[in-house]
Amino acid sequence: MVYKNIICPVCGGSCDDVQVELKDGTIDVQNACKMGNAKFQEVVSSHRLLKPTIRENGKVKDVSWDEALEMSADILANSKRPLFFLGSETSCEAQEVGLHIAEYLGGVADSNATICHGPTVMGIQEAGCVGSTAGQAKNRADMIIYWGVNALESMPRHMSKYGVFPRGYWAKKGRFDRTMVTVDPRKTPTAVASDLHLQLKPNTDYELLSALFTILNGKEPHPSVEEITGIPIPVMKQTIEMMKESNYVGIFVGLGVSSSYGKHRNIEIALNLVKEMNNYTKCNLGALRGHCNVAGFNQLASYLYGYPFGIDFGKGYPRYNPGETTCVDVLREKDVDAAFVMSADLVNHIPADAAKYLADIPMICLDIAPCPSTTASDVVLPGVIDAMECDGTFYRLDNVPVHFEPFTDSPFPETKSNEDTLKQLFAKVKAKKEA
Amino acid sequence: MAGTIAIKNGYVYDPLNEVDGEVMDIFIKNGKVVTELSAAEMKDAKEIDAKGKTVMPGGVDSHSHVAGAKVNTGRMMRPEDHYKYYQKKTPIAHSGCGYTVPSVYLGGYEYSKMGYTTVFEAAVPPMEARHTHEEMRSIPMLDMAGYLVLGNNWFLMRYLKEGDIDKAAAYVSWMMKTHKTYGIKCVNPAGVENWGWGENVSALDEANIHFEVTPEDIIKGLAEINEQLGIPMPMHLHANNLGHPGCWEITRDSLKIPKSIKAKPNTDVEWAETKMKAQRHQSVYLTHCQFNAFGGTSWRDFESGVKGITDYVNSNDHVVMDSGCVPFGDATVMTGDGPAIHDLYQLTGNKWSNTDVECECGSGVLPFTYLKSNPIHSVQWAMGLETLLYVKDAWKSIMTTDSPNGGPFTKYPQIIAWLMSNKARQDTFEECHKWASDRSGLASETREMSLSEIAIVTRANAARTTGLAHSKGTLAVGADGDVAVYDIDAKKIDVNDYESIIRGFQNASYTIKGGEVITQDGEILAIPEKNTFYSDIAIKADSEKEMLKDVKSWFKYYTIGFNNYPTPDKYLANPTPIKVNAER
Repeated sequence: MVYKNIICPVCGGSCDDVQVELKDGTIDVQNACKMGNAKFQEVVSSHRLLKPTIRENGKVKDVSWDEALEMSADILANSKRPLFFLGSETSCEAQEVGLHIAEYLGGVADSNATICHGPTVMGIQEAGCVGSTAGQAKNRADMIIYWGVNALESMPRHMSKYGVFPRGYWAKKGRFDRTMVTVDPRKTPTAVASDLHLQLKPNTDYELLSALFTILNGKEPHPSVEEITGIPIPVMKQTIEMMKESNYVGIFVGLGVSSSYGKHRNIEIALNLVKEMNNYTKCNLGALRGHCNVAGFNQLASYLYGYPFGIDFGKGYPRYNPGETTCVDVLREKDVDAAFVMSADLVNHIPADAAKYLADIPMICLDIAPCPSTTASDVVLPGVIDAMECDGTFYRLDNVPVHFEPFTDSPFPETKSNEDTLKQLFAKVKAKKEA
Repeated sequence: MAGTIAIKNGYVYDPLNEVDGEVMDIFIKNGKVVTELSAAEMKDAKEIDAKGKTVMPGGVDSHSHVAGAKVNTGRMMRPEDHYKYYQKKTPIAHSGCGYTVPSVYLGGYEYSKMGYTTVFEAAVPPMEARHTHEEMRSIPMLDMAGYLVLGNNWFLMRYLKEGDIDKAAAYVSWMMKTHKTYGIKCVNPAGVENWGWGENVSALDEANIHFEVTPEDIIKGLAEINEQLGIPMPMHLHANNLGHPGCWEITRDSLKIPKSIKAKPNTDVEWAETKMKAQRHQSVYLTHCQFNAFGGTSWRDFESGVKGITDYVNSNDHVVMDSGCVPFGDATVMTGDGPAIHDLYQLTGNKWSNTDVECECGSGVLPFTYLKSNPIHSVQWAMGLETLLYVKDAWKSIMTTDSPNGGPFTKYPQIIAWLMSNKARQDTFEECHKWASDRSGLASETREMSLSEIAIVTRANAARTTGLAHSKGTLAVGADGDVAVYDIDAKKIDVNDYESIIRGFQNASYTIKGGEVITQDGEILAIPEKNTFYSDIAIKADSEKEMLKDVKSWFKYYTIGFNNYPTPDKYLANPTPIKVNAER
């Protein structure tokens, strides 16, 4: 049977036009990009985690779901301060239960933003964010700027679905009605496809943005900025003029901005530039979020507890102080004594000393496939694949929530979804704590 | 027995039922108000002694920004709003934080502590309705509903330009069902679409770019559609030019547009046995009047323009409005009126967020602090109170702060004190900038509202205006058992001691929802089930079919597919459709 309008659970693009056909042991996927197609293949892959395991005396062994959940609950209930890493490759519904357990136990809850667009969010906390839903740029933009992002490879359908190629209401001829600029130290395929490539020197985003801001304010930037950034001042001036003369400028930023030197200050000044640009023409900025639901955790955590990531419940109420209550910092400071890692290969993505400590403390991992994190875990709970095997919610790159429906069922009679698994776990934790 | 309770000997204020401070017993059985409980039922029922206390129906807030994308933008961008204002978890309650933009759990608890039991989210962008519902589902203690933002919707503007009201009406009814929302919200009609190009509109007859419809076309069209469909509440209007000196005139002129349209709410519900007619008769509900009532021509000669609007309201019966009071202190301004917030950014340089929503609407968010030392803010404080005190018939007004625009809803008790006590107002005049008395008429206004009038502007009229008075805002037999008991002795009240009024309304002695005590003296005792209301409008299948053809052909301008556009039931806590029988 062919299923249409399936939502892709890979990147923040949340393409909602994927078509799949599930046959005997194979899956045929239409409309998805390479990344999307690869993820849909997981549903029939041979390496899928199908049995819960625990580590006993250094040996990994298969156990029943009940035993795995019991042991997980033991680890969490006996922990003084557990870390919950609620990864972005699952639904808000599952993350919500995770946050509730973290609150209940007085633990720390964090998600991928902490090692991804966290600085972008912190930049927004300094400056605010003038943005829009994705369709505004599609319909109106006559100038698109990709800054610190290689959209063609990191969000392959962004240019064709949201940014550059689609025929919008006013941008009727798609690509031909838009000027495309890329700001990137690398000559990426995105840069090659652009009308103008500002190939700045690495880690000089702040200086370049600052110079552009100066020009926008009618002042002359300091001449040294040419040598620092590698961009001639006349080119900067030309860029600002192009922006001012456009009817609608859509800027898309990636980790090249928020993870190069300057971190959240880069985003802050970019957002300030955008705010001022709105005194001349319409200008919006949006982040290309990497994982399907990385934006969702920020939204969810903000509305449930007031802060977008790095929430410490140790005092019985939510606290947020990036650098103190964030995942890498609580691990490096050895400030947590157990960890629950869901739908994110944490061990693979954090600094070695933090990863080493994570491997030392009791760890539970919920995931769909083997990875360094599952290898380092004491309990492994197999994951259900969102948008394929269960329904739920992702937040798209522009913070629009999308509701996804499955096209097949969870392979496990014991659980319907990661949300279900976490609810079962929470019930066991509560029973142990309240016994 | 669950949901069964007797509240004895309180001074009862139930304006819809014409009860004005009489000492009465209120009985609730299985969550609904009844005439009495039998002796057997009394045995199992909880009994509350309300002697010397004031008893009102549960509070109803008909305009508050508590859930959804822009509220959450406010939360996310304002950690400084949260650090100092938090609540620890308890065995039954979640923790939370946030002063002007509280997290969902905290927001629900704080409303409940003040005796409020029903709250309407003021703006739901259709494409982001799933988000709004997700948050409303998480807000505890309150029955809720949301207004769908439609004043700059491409489909509607196109139909209005073509003059095809029938298709426009079919579209509205489809959208209400699709996104499970309750009423029509019209924000800066025609102007927000222009904001897509960084522009605005400034006059009622100014056509917007490309779509070429005027604010007048949209206000008239939506008001007509509203009554043609029989939606429970009037069209909810956020007028043009908000926040600009001199905007009171365009506001008054906007109110004139739907004057000839007759209110025809047509809901299929069981009505509580109120003595007054509990159905609305107005065709327009103006929101946050204060922000739309600026006088003068610039900030230099800024003054209150409230009287121009209230004079019109006093002499016409098709208008009801809420105040948008400014109680001083921290606020977060947030509205679907994107360009208005851009103006405030230019004015203040504060951090500013904006989200334009494709094909539909927009929004802006900005932190703001109202200072007693600031001349403009002081006048705004006076204006907010003028909007309520100048309207002679309390049934034409509703008390709000447009939370958190004028200030957070937690300041309501303070506003009640200003309304009830001239001394409270005079004491504030002493503290704030003299423009408050020079540029408004409030200083010479001596009216002091009675408890009955307070009950009208904080619950009865909010319920009647929104069309929920069949079950909310009254303690008549058949109504929902939502009750607030305040520690205010109606017979001994001294309005000069206004601090005691604030204390009384801040933490209700008891908040009762569906016959269950949920808070007592500011402590959360129970987390009740909650309902989410929406208008389920019946419409002819043919008109819907024709309209959907157009919608589908235009859907390519969205970035979400037609099939993934609707808001499924699962995002609502107890979805409760209000049946609306268009064209019966």
